[in-house]
Amino acid sequence: MALFDAVLELADDHLVLGHRLSEWCGHAPMLEEDLALPNMALDLIGTARTLYDYAAQLEGEGRSEDDMAYLRGEREYRNLLLCERPNEDFAHTVLRQLYFAAFMKPYWEAALSSSDEVIAGVAGKAVKEMAYHIRHAGEWVIRLGDGTDESARRMKDAVEALHIYTGELFEEGAAEGIDALPSRAAIQPAWEATIDEIFGHALLSRPVVQYPQTGGRVGKHGEGLGHLLAEMQSVYRAHPGATW
Amino acid sequence: MSGEVPLWEVFIRPRNGLSHKHVGSIHAADEVMALQAARDVYTRRGEGNSIWVVPSAAITASDPDQAAENFEPTGEKIYRHPTFYDIPDEVGHM
Repeated sequence: MALFDAVLELADDHLVLGHRLSEWCGHAPMLEEDLALPNMALDLIGTARTLYDYAAQLEGEGRSEDDMAYLRGEREYRNLLLCERPNEDFAHTVLRQLYFAAFMKPYWEAALSSSDEVIAGVAGKAVKEMAYHIRHAGEWVIRLGDGTDESARRMKDAVEALHIYTGELFEEGAAEGIDALPSRAAIQPAWEATIDEIFGHALLSRPVVQYPQTGGRVGKHGEGLGHLLAEMQSVYRAHPGATW
Repeated sequence: MSGEVPLWEVFIRPRNGLSHKHVGSIHAADEVMALQAARDVYTRRGEGNSIWVVPSAAITASDPDQAAENFEPTGEKIYRHPTFYDIPDEVGHM
């Protein structure tokens, strides 16, 4: 079941971050971003759906992708803490996206040669999506970091608030020892290179983290995830088995 | 926010071999962000394979008050339309 757990971790990352981005729909500061952020949300949710479906097959107990997404509680979710961090302001949102995409692009590139056909298939599609997420979020980080006094201050605040969650990206979790999935720890140099290049343009520096925050992979989440799941799952729980 | 952000005109080429066609406009701080915004707003359903963005301020438009002198004189020059040829049915749509 190790592969099941590892696929579920990946799926949870994508669904939770995708849902966070979708919260901007109808609220973004300009029409262009009101479309761009849900576009990225749909990329992530599309990947989550494939991974949940695959996890359900691996488990073989007749659960569906909807059961996986809507009928598990907060302690059963295995997503990275980074993915559940609240949207806050635009600086937080684009930095969180950059941190995640800068990890997932090299991760999926490594997964292209996976012996597992489903993982390699997801990777083929996701590599292109993550390249765009890095570009879009990265350009915003640069413009906010090297923008006005206020945007630079907010960008620095976001780095301060979110960088402590990035160490968890490189923990192997349930994927430890599974050959079909790339080593997460091995992605760190590529991730740091991407972040450093963008931070260089954004007049930001990558902080040294004294007290990294982890726990998502064992179901220990911040209080925000419970609220997110309550909203996301409310319709399905009120109408079990409903389809739309 | 949008009030401070420049306007850009967006042109999309639907397929190779066709020309870029004006599809609308977007707001963006600079040309890089304008291309991204155009991609996100106007190519969500596979509309094309190439995007141009042009600052709206760079476009010089004809004056609507001069529409009569600009365009009406051509109305009677029907001999410029290739409508006086008999085209065989076998040629099909031209």
